[in-house]
Amino acid sequence: MNKPTHPYAIELRGISKRFGAVQANKDINLQVPAGTVHGIIGENGAGKSTLMSIIYGFYEADTGTIEVDGQEVNIRNSQDAIKAGIGMVHQHFMLVENFTVLENVVLGAEGGTILKGGMDAARKELARLEKEYSLDIDVDAVVEDLPVGLQQRVEILKALYRGARILILDEPTGVLTPQEADHLFRILDALKQQGVTVILITHKLREILASTDNVSVMRLGQMVAHRETAKTDKEELAELMVGKKVRLKVLKDEAEPGDVKLAAKNVSYVDSQGVTRLKNINFELRAGEVVGIAGVSGNGQSELLNVLSGITPMSSGEVHMAGEVITPKSPKNAAQMRDLKMGHIPEDRHKMGLVTGFEAYEAAILGYHNDPDYNGKILLNRKAMLNECNERMESWDVRPPNPHLKTANFSGGNQQKIVIAREVEKNPDVLLVGQPTRGVDIGAIENIHEQIIKLRVADKAILLVSVELDEIMALSDRILVMFDGEIVGELPASEADERTLGLMMANAFNEEGASE
Amino acid sequence: MKQASVPVWVNVGLIPLINILLAFAVSGLVILAIGENPIEAAGYLIYGAFGYEEGIGYTLYYATNLIFTGLAVSIAFKAGLFNIGGEGQAYIGGLGVGLLCLWLDSSMPFIVILPLAVIASAVFGAAWAYIPAYLQARRGSHIVITTIMFNFIASSLMVYLLVNWLKEEGRMAANSRTFAENAWMPYMHEILSPLGINISDSPLNGAFILALICCAFIWGLIWHTRWGYQLRTLGTNATAAQYAGIDNAKVTIWVMLISGGLAGFVGINEIMGVNHNLLLNFTAGYGFAGIAVSLMGRNHPIGIILSATLFGALYQGGAELAFEMPTITPEIVVVIQGLVILFSGALEHMLKDRVEGLFIRKAA
Repeated sequence: MNKPTHPYAIELRGISKRFGAVQANKDINLQVPAGTVHGIIGENGAGKSTLMSIIYGFYEADTGTIEVDGQEVNIRNSQDAIKAGIGMVHQHFMLVENFTVLENVVLGAEGGTILKGGMDAARKELARLEKEYSLDIDVDAVVEDLPVGLQQRVEILKALYRGARILILDEPTGVLTPQEADHLFRILDALKQQGVTVILITHKLREILASTDNVSVMRLGQMVAHRETAKTDKEELAELMVGKKVRLKVLKDEAEPGDVKLAAKNVSYVDSQGVTRLKNINFELRAGEVVGIAGVSGNGQSELLNVLSGITPMSSGEVHMAGEVITPKSPKNAAQMRDLKMGHIPEDRHKMGLVTGFEAYEAAILGYHNDPDYNGKILLNRKAMLNECNERMESWDVRPPNPHLKTANFSGGNQQKIVIAREVEKNPDVLLVGQPTRGVDIGAIENIHEQIIKLRVADKAILLVSVELDEIMALSDRILVMFDGEIVGELPASEADERTLGLMMANAFNEEGASE
Repeated sequence: MKQASVPVWVNVGLIPLINILLAFAVSGLVILAIGENPIEAAGYLIYGAFGYEEGIGYTLYYATNLIFTGLAVSIAFKAGLFNIGGEGQAYIGGLGVGLLCLWLDSSMPFIVILPLAVIASAVFGAAWAYIPAYLQARRGSHIVITTIMFNFIASSLMVYLLVNWLKEEGRMAANSRTFAENAWMPYMHEILSPLGINISDSPLNGAFILALICCAFIWGLIWHTRWGYQLRTLGTNATAAQYAGIDNAKVTIWVMLISGGLAGFVGINEIMGVNHNLLLNFTAGYGFAGIAVSLMGRNHPIGIILSATLFGALYQGGAELAFEMPTITPEIVVVIQGLVILFSGALEHMLKDRVEGLFIRKAA
């Protein structure tokens, strides 16, 4: 491998970028030593993604320069970035699902009108790359048949095939099990050994500490610190990210589970394509406990929330709640489930929990718009809506406390507060909680976790779905693990650790059992 | 990324204005190309539309139709539905009015016929919208396709009915007989003269008042009722609507019924107000123009009144222009209307971001 000719693979000087009134990046300086793994960490909205988009040519910086290997480069689009040897693996993969790995890799670099020649050359080159970095991919496999971990490697292969010497990974572990993530970090290590420079963007402190050589911290659009990873720790990084001391542990007492508030019996759900999404789900949810559902995203957790909350009708089975038995023959929709005192903080607040085009006070009654509190004889009672919204904004510390602001214009954490306040203030018996802290700042996470514990203390039955294992382990009393639409394991939170859960999430125990 | 907000008047006032001016600038080039003076042409157009009382009357009479169809498109659009079938719904709404007037004009006084006619037009228009609405809501057929197809069916149905059943005995034209006068909607000049206001005669009639009432009603319905809240939720985020327990299919069907009913009111203006008999092709493209009116009026009743008036002015002023400048044929007038639609509808986003950007930067 050719040795890097310059100490810094990439160097940014004074990069600034403004979107309208928002200063997304302000005077950013960054030096990434060649052949290292460099972490960039920061809260959502700190400007990490904007900065990487500038490096990769999606946006042009307003001011500042980018140097690659000591040469100033002018990156106006992603073609320029690729030419400069920069590759990017996006958070959401940019793959054609029904193409093979090989077809995906050559896409955009086919090397001529007739495919055959280019494909053969590509096949050879891929074989070499794959061996060099031990990526372990079958190039003739169809992408949609591959697990996400492998799809991600296809993305990496794509970048390498285009000659990337600098690889940017944007939140790469969001969709991976802990084991898959570990594998990814081994690959990154192999890349490093071969002289590739890796920039890793994440908000997970653990990953930064486990895999990087250096780390840069961003806050509110600015670079606030550079550290050698070996010389820092979780607490310091968290404090740098947030700008104040953060408590990373959730304090809670032993649970004292009471009556069963919700019971699922053999619940199954087959979607419109005929795919079984939920298979014989059985569990009970008691007052005063938090039951966590762990699992790699896409293993039926979303479907479970949708079925329980009445959004999608189940295909078979029963749900017992508040003395009612809900079956496919006697279904209840989301409004009727609310009447049984079920609250639901949905996984995706943009797609489901809010109407982003609505003003905050309108979004604050979504699902409860039939409530007599908000209705006059004919017209909606705007005054009551506004009053209540104002009160809640104050008690939940929503910023800015402006009920007329469009919900789209609140930050993620504040949007989530609007949703949580709405669902919690109606005093439900059962609360379904999906990804409560997704896209929420660390500071707000603390607050949201406290609220969930408070509800547990108030004897609510809480079902928590999250892809953040830390969150599941911190909040739950019992943990159920989902894999491929089934509950494949259950354990008390006191016995859960990341390794055990990770193996359960990959269904390793059951597979071992089957092969023995 | 958070976005700074832009003053409302920029979106509802300034940007449409710039778009219209651009459309007129390009129209000016067209008129220049055929060897006429664009300034002079603009003079005729504006004078024709607003220069004298009768002209204004005509402008508002055209606008009445466009308010009905514009509102019809906009309420469907607010629920995320693209109702292209305003033309057919208006046509069938007119059929309802016509049948009612033919049936009752010899036996009932005006005061009985008027409310029944209003109901008939709404019910017939709504019924015509119901089938596509049902197919969309319960069977998943796309409403754009079905409403377009229903325009053709409406057109054929009217030809069949008029030629075979409703045509006046012994006449060649496919018209029904003229209604007795107690089934005529009074003209505006007739309504206003007892109040001491004298205006020139024009086709502007009581339907204009109905159009304004509809605007107020739709405004209240969409923005101030629970049902409107459900409709807007469905229109902006169908998944959130499901989450909120809103019955999307039911709301879809009701929205389309209201939309069709509004389009049907064109029949009040045309059949009861002006033609006084049932005839072919009285909708004359108002249903389609309603799409442009609604787009340009930002799907808001106030915006729709303004844009309907603009389009009415183009119809009326355009006729005047074609009369005064014979080289400018009615087809050129249609070109000008087309340019206005192009710039204010299709190219709406061409300038939007830039203009908004200016204001955001200024605010910052």
